[in-house]
Amino acid sequence: MKKRVLLSAMALTFGLALTACGNAGSDKAADSGSKAETEAAAKVDGDVFTIGTTGPLTGSAASYGNSVKNGATIAIDEINAAGGVKVGDKTYKLALNFQDDEAKEDKAVNAYNNLMDSGINVFMGSVTSGSSLALTDLTAKDNILQITPSGSAKAITENPNVFRLCFTDPLQGKMIADFVVDQGYESVAVLYNNSDEYSTGVYEAFKEELNTAGKSDLLVNEQSFTNDDVDFTTQLTQIKASGAKLIFVPGYYEAAAYIVQQAKQQGIDAAFVGSDGWDGVLGQVTDPSAVEGAVFLSPFLASDPSAADFTKAYETAYKATPDQFAADGYDTVHVIKAAMEKAGSIESDDLIKAMTEIEVNGITGKVSFNADGEPNKEPKFVTITNGEYKLFD
Amino acid sequence: MKILNKKTIFNIAVMLLAYVLVFVLINSGILSRQYKSLIVPICVNIMLAVSLNLVTGFLGELSLGHAGFMSIGAYTSALISINTSFLPPALSFFIAVVCGCILAAVFGFLIGVPVLRLRGDYLAIVTLAFGEIIKSVINYLNFTGGSKGLSKIPLYSDYNNFTVVFIIMVICIVLISNLINSRDGRAIKSIRDNDIAAESIGIKISKYKVSAFVIAAGFAGLAGSLYAHNVGIIKPNIFDYNKSIEILVFVVLGGMGNIPGSIISAIILTVLPEFLRGADNLRMLLYAIVLILMMIFNNSKFKANLSLNKTFRKLGKED
Amino acid sequence: MLINFIEQLINGLRTGSIYALIAIGYTMVYGIAKMINFAHGDIIMVGAYALYFSISVLGLPVPVALLLTVIVCSVLGVLIEKIAYKPLRKAQPLAVLITAIGMSFFLQSSSLLIFGSTPIPFQSVIPNENIKVGPVIISSITLVTLVVTAVAMILLTLFINKTKMGSAMRAVSEDKGAAELMGINVNSTISMTFAIGSALAAVAGILYISQYQSMKPTLGALPGIKAFVAAVLGGIGSIPGAMLGGILLGLIESVSKAYISTELADAIVFGVLIVVLLFRPSGLLGKKKIVKV
Repeated sequence: MKKRVLLSAMALTFGLALTACGNAGSDKAADSGSKAETEAAAKVDGDVFTIGTTGPLTGSAASYGNSVKNGATIAIDEINAAGGVKVGDKTYKLALNFQDDEAKEDKAVNAYNNLMDSGINVFMGSVTSGSSLALTDLTAKDNILQITPSGSAKAITENPNVFRLCFTDPLQGKMIADFVVDQGYESVAVLYNNSDEYSTGVYEAFKEELNTAGKSDLLVNEQSFTNDDVDFTTQLTQIKASGAKLIFVPGYYEAAAYIVQQAKQQGIDAAFVGSDGWDGVLGQVTDPSAVEGAVFLSPFLASDPSAADFTKAYETAYKATPDQFAADGYDTVHVIKAAMEKAGSIESDDLIKAMTEIEVNGITGKVSFNADGEPNKEPKFVTITNGEYKLFD
Repeated sequence: MKILNKKTIFNIAVMLLAYVLVFVLINSGILSRQYKSLIVPICVNIMLAVSLNLVTGFLGELSLGHAGFMSIGAYTSALISINTSFLPPALSFFIAVVCGCILAAVFGFLIGVPVLRLRGDYLAIVTLAFGEIIKSVINYLNFTGGSKGLSKIPLYSDYNNFTVVFIIMVICIVLISNLINSRDGRAIKSIRDNDIAAESIGIKISKYKVSAFVIAAGFAGLAGSLYAHNVGIIKPNIFDYNKSIEILVFVVLGGMGNIPGSIISAIILTVLPEFLRGADNLRMLLYAIVLILMMIFNNSKFKANLSLNKTFRKLGKED
Repeated sequence: MLINFIEQLINGLRTGSIYALIAIGYTMVYGIAKMINFAHGDIIMVGAYALYFSISVLGLPVPVALLLTVIVCSVLGVLIEKIAYKPLRKAQPLAVLITAIGMSFFLQSSSLLIFGSTPIPFQSVIPNENIKVGPVIISSITLVTLVVTAVAMILLTLFINKTKMGSAMRAVSEDKGAAELMGINVNSTISMTFAIGSALAAVAGILYISQYQSMKPTLGALPGIKAFVAAVLGGIGSIPGAMLGGILLGLIESVSKAYISTELADAIVFGVLIVVLLFRPSGLLGKKKIVKV
């Protein structure tokens, strides 16, 4: 009897694996079917311009990839509903091909090659820094325009065909340091994630800017943590002993939520300042009063009047408040549209050349690009008052 | 130890055939770019699986720190090839890969000598601990780039250029399968089956244990260096505990102590996620179920009657 | 400086007592079934989600939810043993260890599929107030954690030493065959061990979620491994050893994070494990084993 159960269990697993293959096969068929459909649609409605991108749709970073995907989809739907993009005498409809890379570099390479197989006109990626970096040489070799909505590592834009929409890590660190100096805080402690390049990059630039400004004595304590940490009491006890009036936490909202709550448990009354990864922290704390008064840098504020239409469309479509990743995805599509219109062509060389000549008034602010591929835009500081995000002034 | 015997020649012939097949598939345009780009990861995973099989399948000791050795190879070779860009690319690549392999083996020795005094469960945990320590230290050091890792590593293989990697993989497989079929290999297997009996007939247990561990670490380092020069960016987090488990799944699914099995399961489990793109969560669940079912199946009386896997048939009789 | 040090010790005691609760589960199972239950850490995660589910989704009152959480975890522990480990009781240790790793992955990926990867915030069931003892501030959750751990340990020690089931457990861990000959039901004793170990893990899960107020599918992995280190440190198979090991590990971790380096804290913890294993393979309070031919 037992044997039979085991045998059938084995058969079941193999069957599952086979169906998985079968499904994948039929997915492929479906893919080519939908591709055929778009081609057919193209004949009726004009030409299709495909934006390809890779990002994490599963795994621990999944929320970033999904947000970018949703934001970009809203922009594409809007543009297509308004008749598409006019380039010279042709009109293009936009299409999005989003491949999952699980925020892993090796998966990103496979995903990118998959995109190139199916044919894309511009590469809007990746969502995470590591994947973006892994692909810059490949996109340069394929001579295709690469714009990352949210890859903030400095080295991404070294190749001339690569641009980015978000702030770089060093720029964020510098802006936050200036903010701390301007606001006249007496002392600041840093708590950063040393196994995360984003957090470390912001922290290093922050420290450097304080040194250049001759304010290095402001920094009274530096503590770090690692990716899977949930207990910050040891670090916070050290910070408490240092008597810092302000705690700077560069990093993502998950860690920030743990930190502000544990600081409250320890009776620490210092103020908090954060980097743009803090967006969404309110959804992670059980007691909003723990994060009251915190300030963080953010390119985007969902409750801002200029973003009202986008926020409404996003809430209707996805039943969630858009975060900065969604806004970055949305704006990047509009940047691509602007570049197409400016270039008057969809050839990669023309698009790359047009990138430095455009200016887009997006929901993350007015943005233009310099020859290094970096965006010029104004930072916004957001503060939390009465459990809501408000612009800081 | 004869280097070329009938079996080896047959194996090499099979590999050559595989190479020609892949080559024809690519040049005739049947394989898309996405599948071409999987060839190098497949080779790397095969090397990892076969080398772990030497320790886990043939020596019978569970190592959960294989990704740690892979990271040593990857980092060493990446640092060398980044800093020797003045040399001709082929030479720089050669030095980098050889050094990556050697340093990983040296670490295998340094860790293996004290650790292999322990057995079974304890050994597994200590190798896991060493894997984590290697990861934390790489993250802590400056010249390894900390959490940013190393990027802009020169690429020596890509979706169109995989011959070097393929040849290295074939050499790796031939060396390991030769080792296993040699006198030394039989000594290693005897330690797995009964260490006290092995010792009583004069086999130096610690010597063989350490050498198997060192060889496996060296090949893992080699695989790591090939990985680094294929992706171009490495970070400490890539080589975590989950990576070690993934390699273990290759070995377990293919059958412990079964090299062709390891090769086949490495191929299947590298290609399958590409089909299941976007269903990564399900993949992990599938891995878990595979691990549990394979173990229960291997140890059931049903399996003992079937002569699929000699290793476990013996163990079944013991009961 | 002194106050700072005392506060760090309290932090260490709190994490240490959670480690100790989990370590007892490892040690009991190892003592009786001679296997490392790798999935034990993930029982904490199941406990946390079970508490969240029964309070936030089912809307049960807190005491009922707490009881339900402990029951769910105990039943799960027993089921895991019956399904995955029992068929392998006579297999080589390697096979059992791989199965346990598979079980750990299974629990994690199932909860990933059910609850998603985004962390779920969850209000602590223990009201959060700071208690001042002189210049030192202790949170109410820390206090509750310390008290609950102490009570659980006292009860467990009494159970093992004073009850019939407890002596059966000790007998089985001493010699399975002899215990069976004396008329002890080995299967039910093993089930009981898994049930108690998992119940303690559930308590650890409840304390954990009250402290950190946020849960994700991998939350049990790291405390699980650390607790295992604690069990080995104290001498695996020895219950007082697991308690001592847990507390010691919490203190070592806290002090090395505070005064040496947070980056190397994990490396130091694992380094301690390796040193202990190499020089005292049976741990601090463990019994020496002699391998017989």
